[in-house]
Amino acid sequence: MSDLTLSAPTRRRPLVLRHPSVLVFLVVLALFTLGVTLLSEGIGLGVISTSFIKTLGKTLCFCLVALAMDLVWGYCGILSLGHMAFFGLGGYAIGMWLMYERTRRIIVDSLATAELPATPQEISDGIASQIFGVVGASDFPPIWAFAHSLPLQLAAVIVAPGLLALVFGWLAFRSRVTGVYLSILTQAMTLALALYLFQNDSGLRGNNGLSGLQNLPGLDLVPQSTVSLWFFWASALALGAGYLFCAWLVSGKFGSVIRAIRDDETRVRFLGYPVEGFKLVVFTLTAILAGIAGALYYPQAGIINPAEVAPIASIYLAVWVAIGGRGRLYGAVIGAAFVSLLSSWFTGGQAPDLKIGSLHIQWVDWWTVLLGLSFVAVTLFAPKGIGGLVDLAARIKSPNRHGADLGPGAGALREREADE
Amino acid sequence: MTTLLEVSGVSVSFDGFKAINNLSFRIAEGELRAVIGPNGAGKTTFMDIVTGKTRPNEGRVTYGEKSVSLLALSESRIAQMGIGRKFQRPTVFEDQSVADNLMMALKKDRNPLAVLLFRPKAADHARVEALAGEIGLADALHRKSGELSHGQKQWLEIGMLLAQEPRLLLVDEPAAGMTLAEREHTTDLLKQAAKTRAVVVVEHDMDFVRRLDCKVTVLHEGSVLAEGSLDHVTQNEQVIEVYLGR
Amino acid sequence: MTKIFQRFLFCLLCLLGAPALAQEADAPIQQLLQHHGEIIAKSSRKTIAPAIDALAASGLPAAQQVLERWQAKEMWRDETSGLFVFAEEIDRDTLRIFDPANGTEIGAVPDEGYKQLKPNSGIRGMIGAALVQFQLSAPDPVTRATALDAIERDPDASHLLALRNAVGNESDPALKARKARLERLLTIRFDTDTATRIEAIESFAGDPAVDVRATLNPLVATRIEVATAAPQGDDIARILSVGSDALPRAAAYALLVEDGLVAPVLSRAEKRAALIAHLRDGAVGGYQVAQLDREDARDAAYAKLAETGAVAAVATEAEVSAALDAHVFYERFIGAPPIVARAALRALDAIETKVNLNRAADLVLDALSLASIYFLAAIGLAITFGVMGVINMAHGEFIMMGAYTGYVVQQVIPNYTVSILAALPIAFAVTFLAGVAMERLVIRWLRHRPLETLLATFGISIALQQIAKNIFGTQARPLTSPAWLDGSLVLNDIVSISYIRIAIFVLALVFLALFLFVMNRTRLGLEVRAVTQNPRMAASMGINPDRINMLTFGLGSGIAGIAGVAIGLYAKVTSEMGQDYIVQSFMTVVVGGVGNIWGALVGAAMVGSLQKGIEWFNPSNTLAAQTYMILFVILFIQFRPRGIIALKGRAAEA
Repeated sequence: MSDLTLSAPTRRRPLVLRHPSVLVFLVVLALFTLGVTLLSEGIGLGVISTSFIKTLGKTLCFCLVALAMDLVWGYCGILSLGHMAFFGLGGYAIGMWLMYERTRRIIVDSLATAELPATPQEISDGIASQIFGVVGASDFPPIWAFAHSLPLQLAAVIVAPGLLALVFGWLAFRSRVTGVYLSILTQAMTLALALYLFQNDSGLRGNNGLSGLQNLPGLDLVPQSTVSLWFFWASALALGAGYLFCAWLVSGKFGSVIRAIRDDETRVRFLGYPVEGFKLVVFTLTAILAGIAGALYYPQAGIINPAEVAPIASIYLAVWVAIGGRGRLYGAVIGAAFVSLLSSWFTGGQAPDLKIGSLHIQWVDWWTVLLGLSFVAVTLFAPKGIGGLVDLAARIKSPNRHGADLGPGAGALREREADE
Repeated sequence: MTTLLEVSGVSVSFDGFKAINNLSFRIAEGELRAVIGPNGAGKTTFMDIVTGKTRPNEGRVTYGEKSVSLLALSESRIAQMGIGRKFQRPTVFEDQSVADNLMMALKKDRNPLAVLLFRPKAADHARVEALAGEIGLADALHRKSGELSHGQKQWLEIGMLLAQEPRLLLVDEPAAGMTLAEREHTTDLLKQAAKTRAVVVVEHDMDFVRRLDCKVTVLHEGSVLAEGSLDHVTQNEQVIEVYLGR
Repeated sequence: MTKIFQRFLFCLLCLLGAPALAQEADAPIQQLLQHHGEIIAKSSRKTIAPAIDALAASGLPAAQQVLERWQAKEMWRDETSGLFVFAEEIDRDTLRIFDPANGTEIGAVPDEGYKQLKPNSGIRGMIGAALVQFQLSAPDPVTRATALDAIERDPDASHLLALRNAVGNESDPALKARKARLERLLTIRFDTDTATRIEAIESFAGDPAVDVRATLNPLVATRIEVATAAPQGDDIARILSVGSDALPRAAAYALLVEDGLVAPVLSRAEKRAALIAHLRDGAVGGYQVAQLDREDARDAAYAKLAETGAVAAVATEAEVSAALDAHVFYERFIGAPPIVARAALRALDAIETKVNLNRAADLVLDALSLASIYFLAAIGLAITFGVMGVINMAHGEFIMMGAYTGYVVQQVIPNYTVSILAALPIAFAVTFLAGVAMERLVIRWLRHRPLETLLATFGISIALQQIAKNIFGTQARPLTSPAWLDGSLVLNDIVSISYIRIAIFVLALVFLALFLFVMNRTRLGLEVRAVTQNPRMAASMGINPDRINMLTFGLGSGIAGIAGVAIGLYAKVTSEMGQDYIVQSFMTVVVGGVGNIWGALVGAAMVGSLQKGIEWFNPSNTLAAQTYMILFVILFIQFRPRGIIALKGRAAEA
């Protein structure tokens, strides 16, 4: 926590210099992106398969949503069990355009050979019955009104989660619901959204969800190996930008205030800060961040359905952040990357089975158990998570003297001066 | 002197228990006032009402030249209008440095967007350093406030209150748990503060109150029992009976 | 040769037995049969009715037997004399014949010259219906009841008189009531006298039974008709406005088209097909194909085409509107005379009200049973939340654990009654121990860190869920209820409640009582209350809060286990079943207010009835019901952030 919480008050230096961890992170991310690109199937040496590029790209999106989660939970103290719902909303928003546009092209092509040239209505009907036939409908629901326009759906990536977070947050925060109550309420919101999406008449194809999102409309000739790299780069860029944004947000007075809210919101209120407003800003901003992450994630995953929005996903998000170490941005990123990659390794059947005597442990079955229990262990024994290791390393390097003199005598160097 | 805060006819009850019973109380601009009373006399509840934490069942609370009613305002609005409060337990943000604590308390625009875009200027840093000097924490500016001693935390909190530049300061048992030297420092701080603003101090310790040398209000069972100089109230029969005479 | 001899022998026998063969040719029944002889012999379903009716209505004592024998294909006809006899086949060629008039045996005759009447199944059915009137007065009550069943199944106008005759002499009161009721139903359907029918209709006002509605509904049947002016007449049920739910615009216009009053409108696809059919050299109706990518261009092209007479003209939108405006649409009663139909409408209205009341009652019962399930599921959660401030995300998994315990117990004890009775305490013990273990190992170390507790218990929750999946597999395991819990308590055609749900309701009441007893009357309860209100004070009074926390947590978990057994009885036992109840349980606790058994009760009642209430408005969609229920709870929190039964004052601040 040392790097972001202590601000050097006397002079203004660029953010990355004040917080070296930001610079370190950005450099590592850039090197990682470059390395993966050079090893990729698409334009590099071909060591890394396209499907693994997609996995890495998706992991970067998870890191971004974990950042958002860390901001809202680790910094502001709101244990939201709804951020994966915002993530899903972002995915749905971009998925609507991808699906609409791709279907439109198919329909236009198929109608091109008809005796009469197609009317706009015929094209629209064709698209609607193609998309909604699976739920027994043939008309466009009102929420698809903007699906034809990429800019509008891109706006929806931000507006949909932002608006939901704003309305829900306003209702929840103004009634001073806090702590576990608030967590339960966010979980209820997530469940309500998931149940709504599960309905066939939700207008979003019920439990079929949106599919075929990996195909970019009009770019059928570009191989997936290249498209996957584009998304990988976009995800890396978004993560880098998101990290910078979050670091900027938490480094200044705003960061001070939200951490103060986390620690004692009543006291902050008596300092004159409108606590509800701050919470609402953080909740909404992080929801938007989650929406953007989702909009980048689902084209790489290719399909989105309501199960992705279910409360369990948001709880896993909390697990990542907790294991990575909350209250520090790189902790969230490390946690998300570590746990989600490990999880796909274990559940992908790649992990070797474990044989203890007669006990035969197949990780596909037992990974979740291990995850659950290690999660309990982290909460109990290492509340700082993996990020705590960084503190440990830092402490070994330079013991914390709490600003005391480094040596005898009034003129001795103080710890802080020595650090600089 | 003009009236800064007027509480009149306020009553509040929790589950039938009347914590405040028809309390009337007024404090003038720039006045230093000590409030004493036995446990359960309603001292903390009185502060809760003024700062908006508790809504009274009846009565009026007005503040400032325009006599604005505080009853409909949120805690943060009330704080922004210039009423600062110090809790019984020192509550500073232990995870943050002394400087951060003070910077947060500085009187600035409190709305989230302004805070987000706020970047401290040289004058702000100077003010923080000056405040730290005033409360005797100049050397500890960059220490985490969680590492401070109990007394230092109390001072930091008073420092934060001063940084808010309130017109009315409500202080709940500032001397609790302090060494004698620390108490003297605290007394000085409060007296210093009272030169430019009204201060209400709730305290148990009679010596401390005596050192403040100001008008005293005695609360009992949720209403005012006596008011006047310390000598005056300590001679009051009723006060002796309920409070002093054991 | 042999055959000829035989014939001769029989003729001889016939001659010998001549006096015995004498048959009462002029007996009334025989005369009646003779009267209808031709159609009986023809045995066609289309023409047979008068014969059967005549027999049934004759009042002759022999009529019943004639019908029965006829139905059983035991009636033969003498081809020469045309007389009808009953006959049994002695062997392939010989018959023993009886006189239909009195059943007396006439003798054995060769079957030459006799023709068997072979009524087909349709005619046998008609005979059966005619026989009902005799069965209605049969001495055996079972026969009478069977006859009533038959009439109920397939009522006929002819039964009405028979029923009326049979009501009076019925001795069994239950059967008498049934007969009387059926008689009134048949009166409504078949009586020709309007006043009698109306009287019968009115006698049923407010009777919600299905058969009454089934009888009344055809009477109020209507047909939509169209005219240019508002029609006069008693039988006009109502005037319809075009575009209403009863008569959408398209349907109204289709009616006009059907009556040949206006030209049809073509759908886009039909119009497109017509255009394609008339494509000539890449153009149609003066338009190039490439121009036809808009609906208005296609309309214009079609209009051009219609002018040339190549296709039929279609109505334009304006013509459609004009035609609709020029006509009046109305409903005409076709099921019964108007006065009867109106009486039926009134009766149906009254019944509707009654039905709705009953439905409401049914809904309340449904809500009550759902509420008791939520109460059982939430009570443990409320206890731990209230006493320790701990949200146990693994609570749902304790429910699941209880249900699986019940399943395992059933594998060991085959008797369902015994196994259920054993499963309840065993499930309690298992989940109690699991809860205590969890409290000791995890929760205790996270005191005053509620969010961490929430997450840690969640970790346990996913681990337990997966372990259950690994042990029991993903398919649902049955938890069979004992036979005496099968079926349901039926109050009338609308209100019924299954015994399992009653049992769960009783269980919930038992737990409420038990809980109140423990909390208010025992040392443990006193200590728990003390710890809830002020843990430090309680500790200084010599109460060990650690022990209390452990016991409360165990108790809460144990109750979850019992709830699991109860839920498992009517829902499927899967590793994910806990998840289905956990959010509702949370909602229950949040709505009701924490730390209070009455809060959990009120919360459960509210969440349960709310969910059922929303389902009532949108019965097909339970997902929507849950969605709206959650939205309601989120809004509810706005007004009562601490739940319905909230702790106030200093206790609430802690």
